[in-house]
Amino acid sequence: MLEVEDLACLKGDRLLFRDLALRLQAGELLRIAGPNGVGKTSLLRLVTGLALPEAGEIRWRGESIRREREAFHRELLYLGHAPAINDLLSPLENLRFACAAAGDEVDADSCMQALVRIGLENQLDLPARVLSQGQRRRVSLARLFLSGRRALWVLDEPFTALDVKAVADLAQALSEHCAAGGMVMLTTHQDAPFALTPRVLDVGAYAC
Amino acid sequence: MNAPERSRSLFRFAAPHNFYPLAGRLAPWFAAAALILTFAGLWLGFFVAPTDATQGQVYRVIFIHVPAAWMSMFIYLVMAFWSAVGLVMNTRLSFVMSQALAPTGAMFCFVALWTGALWGKPTWGAYWVWDARLTSQLLLLFLYFGFIALTRAIEDPRRADRAGAIIALVGAVNVPIIYFSVQWWNTLHQGASVSLTKAPSMATTMLAGMLVMAIAAWMYTIAVVLWRARSMILERERHTEWVGAVLEREAQLKGGRA
Amino acid sequence: MLSTFLAVLRRDLLLAWRGRADVLVTLAFFVIVVCLFPFGVGAEPNQLRAIAPGVLWVAALLACLLSLHRLFAQDYADGTLEQLLLSSEPAALWVTAKVLAFWLSTGLPVVAVAPGLALLLDLEQGALPVLVLSLALGTPILGLLGAVGAALTLGLRGGGMLLALLVLPLFVPVLIFGAGAVEAEMSGSGAAAHLLLLGGGLAGALALAPWACAAALRITTD
Repeated sequence: MLEVEDLACLKGDRLLFRDLALRLQAGELLRIAGPNGVGKTSLLRLVTGLALPEAGEIRWRGESIRREREAFHRELLYLGHAPAINDLLSPLENLRFACAAAGDEVDADSCMQALVRIGLENQLDLPARVLSQGQRRRVSLARLFLSGRRALWVLDEPFTALDVKAVADLAQALSEHCAAGGMVMLTTHQDAPFALTPRVLDVGAYAC
Repeated sequence: MNAPERSRSLFRFAAPHNFYPLAGRLAPWFAAAALILTFAGLWLGFFVAPTDATQGQVYRVIFIHVPAAWMSMFIYLVMAFWSAVGLVMNTRLSFVMSQALAPTGAMFCFVALWTGALWGKPTWGAYWVWDARLTSQLLLLFLYFGFIALTRAIEDPRRADRAGAIIALVGAVNVPIIYFSVQWWNTLHQGASVSLTKAPSMATTMLAGMLVMAIAAWMYTIAVVLWRARSMILERERHTEWVGAVLEREAQLKGGRA
Repeated sequence: MLSTFLAVLRRDLLLAWRGRADVLVTLAFFVIVVCLFPFGVGAEPNQLRAIAPGVLWVAALLACLLSLHRLFAQDYADGTLEQLLLSSEPAALWVTAKVLAFWLSTGLPVVAVAPGLALLLDLEQGALPVLVLSLALGTPILGLLGAVGAALTLGLRGGGMLLALLVLPLFVPVLIFGAGAVEAEMSGSGAAAHLLLLGGGLAGALALAPWACAAALRITTD
């Protein structure tokens, strides 16, 4: 499904990694590992198409993601380092906007249910600026419950600032997505109780 | 010659390590041509060309002013061209070329403005009048400054290249609009005193001097841009093997000479 | 098809409403700049009347320029911009929505208070409709061109000054035709040509600037 070949990543004037290759099949969970600064986030951003690779190609369902960008982005969910939460909007408004902007038709009720499920039932209408880091992250993670039809989830440090229970819930949601034929690609420094053992790709092995 | 072969020979010099020595070989020739032509042009302009009936000796500043003004506009177009090539073909050398051109373009722009002001004082009685051509030239200088400032302000070279290319293209689309609007705005001033429309009435030696100076400006631009592009390439590719080899060889040469 | 467009438009208008203090600051700036001129050039009514179109237009242009950096800065900082770039709609569409929301929340109030300020400068009342029309046609062009500059200078040190350096030369034609329209109306030669050119400029900017801005945003987030 997702194929990456001969990928090279340039940051500033330094080559981070090169000749990186990976394949992701339906139902797989891939953990990107490696020490800080090796290019894990850069790899995720290359895979989403946000960043341009220095060399190499990324294909989704056999088509280059640069050529078929719109079709690819319809099936992609990327949650980056920044939670994409605006301080002046409530969690509910933020989540509804995130879904609508991505092109998902989601009504207010399902958004509310997703926020309740992730443990924000008391913060639904507060402005996001009063939320803690962990709560902000949860708002953006709530999109996972509304994006089942998006096959590929690319998550950058999704467990950061979450408590133990939230980590377990999230791990379960990711496992369910994979069990339903989805794909997950994530970076994390934490162990999480996944139902299936993640495949690990060490970016350090391709470092320059 | 079939098509793929030709394209390969065309792109051979688009690779920085091929361009570097080629530019180094060519630049001195262009510089020499620029020097000779400048002397020839100045000699024609200052000693051979007759004194102008209405403007006296002052008009002789056009031998510098007009080629500089031509060049400043032309360089912006070339810059935009290389920017477009860079964005479409994703060739790093194109971005290097457009950034190497910018300071020279800005310099010619400034020279054109300065000589224009010097010519304006005795002719119009003021160093600066808001004449359509002077004003467009001033705005062009601002466009150059914007391009240079933007590419210098961005630290990541790839972002700097592409952001600069976008602003160069946006500027190139706007240059005709700016020129047209400034002309529209400026209706109070007399038509061009020194312009090509008057060229037939100009003494042939005047025209010859101006053309020789224009070609000299071309040669100068090519030489300077090649040299500047060379040093930019060295800086950008300093981590590559071929730059290491080049630097070592040049160090040896210097050592041998000393 | 227009889901991202509408979502962005609705959200940005809501944000502008919640952060309406920013809009008021822009308006106050516009008013104060215009009020400075009589102190600088003297309060002689004939003179003020003669420079009124230019003063109002330059002040509107500066007010627009000063608020431009807000267009993408917050979305860039909190990661919303990345999410928008991952939407399956063409980026030029939602860029247009952002500029439209920006104009509705910043440009339109400026256009609305301009006639009041024109009276302070003793502009002929007959020229007021042309002033409003020229600003209504011209300020969206400023927003569209400025959006490209704002996208290119995101996250740079001294981005505000750099943005001004990049876009002010591009604003000159708009200023010429905008202020020119009012002057032409005052001199009795009619403003139709100026206004048509402004309208044409707006159409051209609408067609081209969002694409350039979208390309600039992709480069900036790369």
